[in-house]
Amino acid sequence: MTNATTPFVQVRNLKMHFPVTDGVMIQTTVAQVKAVDGVSFDIAKGETLGLVGESGCGKTTIGRCILQLEKVSEGEILFEGTDLTQLSQKQLVPMREKIQVIFQDPYSSLNPRMKIGSILDEPMRVHRIITDKVKRKERVRELLSICGLDPRFADRYPHEMSGGQRQRVGIARALALNPQFIICDEAVSALDVSIQAQVINLLEDLRDQFNLTYLFIAHDLSVVRHISNRVAVMYLGNLVELAEGNELFDNPTHPYTRALLDAVPIPDPQAEAERAHSVIKGEIPSPINPPSGCVFHPRCPLAVDQCKTDTPKFRETASGHWIACDQV
Amino acid sequence: MATLLQVRNLTTQFFTSSGTVRAVDNITFDVDEGETVAVVGESGCGKSVSALSILRLVPWPPGKIIGGSINFRGQNLLEMNDADIRRVRGREISMVFQEPMTSLNPVLSIGLQLTETMQHHLGLSPAQALKRAAELLEMVGISEPKRRLAQFPHHLSGGMRQRVMIALALSCEPKLIIADEPTTALDVTIQAQILELMKDLTKRLGVALVVITHNLGVVARYADRVNVMYAGKIIEMGSAQQIYHQPHHPYTLGLLASVPRMDQPRGTRLIPIDGQPPDLTRLDGGCAFRPRCRFAVERCAQEFPPLENVDSGHVSACWRVKEINELKNAS
Repeated sequence: MTNATTPFVQVRNLKMHFPVTDGVMIQTTVAQVKAVDGVSFDIAKGETLGLVGESGCGKTTIGRCILQLEKVSEGEILFEGTDLTQLSQKQLVPMREKIQVIFQDPYSSLNPRMKIGSILDEPMRVHRIITDKVKRKERVRELLSICGLDPRFADRYPHEMSGGQRQRVGIARALALNPQFIICDEAVSALDVSIQAQVINLLEDLRDQFNLTYLFIAHDLSVVRHISNRVAVMYLGNLVELAEGNELFDNPTHPYTRALLDAVPIPDPQAEAERAHSVIKGEIPSPINPPSGCVFHPRCPLAVDQCKTDTPKFRETASGHWIACDQV
Repeated sequence: MATLLQVRNLTTQFFTSSGTVRAVDNITFDVDEGETVAVVGESGCGKSVSALSILRLVPWPPGKIIGGSINFRGQNLLEMNDADIRRVRGREISMVFQEPMTSLNPVLSIGLQLTETMQHHLGLSPAQALKRAAELLEMVGISEPKRRLAQFPHHLSGGMRQRVMIALALSCEPKLIIADEPTTALDVTIQAQILELMKDLTKRLGVALVVITHNLGVVARYADRVNVMYAGKIIEMGSAQQIYHQPHHPYTLGLLASVPRMDQPRGTRLIPIDGQPPDLTRLDGGCAFRPRCRFAVERCAQEFPPLENVDSGHVSACWRVKEINELKNAS
């Protein structure tokens, strides 16, 4: 168990800048995409942190940085106190057992030429979790049934299954190494609502059963609200607000969070008719050349001159409620 | 309001190597002038095919409209010859597709794409069409319309492209716009902008709108009437109020219970619909929802239930429709 004073996962001032190159033979860096630009947050053990934002805001990049699938430009990622960014590939191997990922697209994240059984068997074999072949086979069957699939599916290929079933296989694969921390990157976004609810319930059950910690990355606010303990809102590479779930949704403070919540339609015509709809103007600017000062200022209803020049600090307004805005 | 579009017993099938897919199976519905009708359902339920069928855009092979009639302002669209239906497409009924990147031609300028339809259908001169194109872009909220006309689709963001699609759909002042998942590819803040725009314009110009979507929230905000589809059939139809507040089909009930809602307390457990949608090549004569239905009885396996009146303008296809409220409360 972790010491109560060291948080389970700590992300400190994370920056991920991708170079934009030009030229055919001799490539020169002409600009930088600031996908993630100085993000800090903690995740406690057993907690689900929701990370929301619109496309291109950098939420997926944060997940990939934690998984060390990207070489971060700057900052620290501490997992139980160990800085993952400083580890060699070899030192990372035991860490990869503890940190797993579930991807969005159940069609492209499973190898179409492998049977489901082999897909689930492979990580256990590579990481030498279970060395005995027969026992591995048994574990595969167990994993399938934990995820609500018929153990006979081990002999099938991905194309023989529906989207919801494939996503269950993706979850089973993430569980194969008995991880502690799972990054769910848009794990339910591609599914139809009736199937989505099945998978959300499964993720919740697994969290309770195996004491898992989730970073739940999604663009669907109602799903994030449902599953998360705390929620972080991202805009153009920066965190704009972070708070406990009820606090964030009942008392949104940052103008972007408010606009985002206003934009989500409620499946009830009565409630919709009675609700105010403030639509925010403009579009998300390019992260290659983000606006100066506060990145949200060109679309912000509260913006004043100061916002164009000063970058707001990410500050704590109430206990556990963080916000990056100087005007509220 | 007068009825603008009458779809009667429309049946569209796809003849594939793995069997005949009954994508749209005997559906009947009306669209009145100026109203917004939503068609909801999950992937593969036939909602997009029913929209494509209205304009006879179902690709043959493998798809074919097998039967039924589609009456639009006194003419049966299914009996028209190719030249006549081309005069309806884009002129009287226009479409907005889901993916604005693939539905706009990448090698033609925005201006050319907008003016082409107007020159063809309305007989405008190139100069007149260009002037009107700039007005249309302004109307859908695109800044610097004159400059945009010379640009190409890849210069624009997803939200802007969808605005261009809407301008294109409105260009010949149609009576009906069919929008197939118009905002699914967009972010929520952009989705809200586009939906407000469509709502506002259709109201102002008196255009009827058929919106095809899987998003129940979008339906609640914008639709007057709702058709719920499952496995190629309309299984419930009514006003938005009736569908959301007194749903009378187990599938509609299930759909509404399985979405997390922003206005409900957090932590309430979702109630999913068990099982998987059926294989449309292997439907029997019974109710297709039966294997997933909590209330299924023996009769459901034998005969498909007809659409039965529940309330004025509200119909549901379920053998147990009379007892649905008691069943719902009991479970």
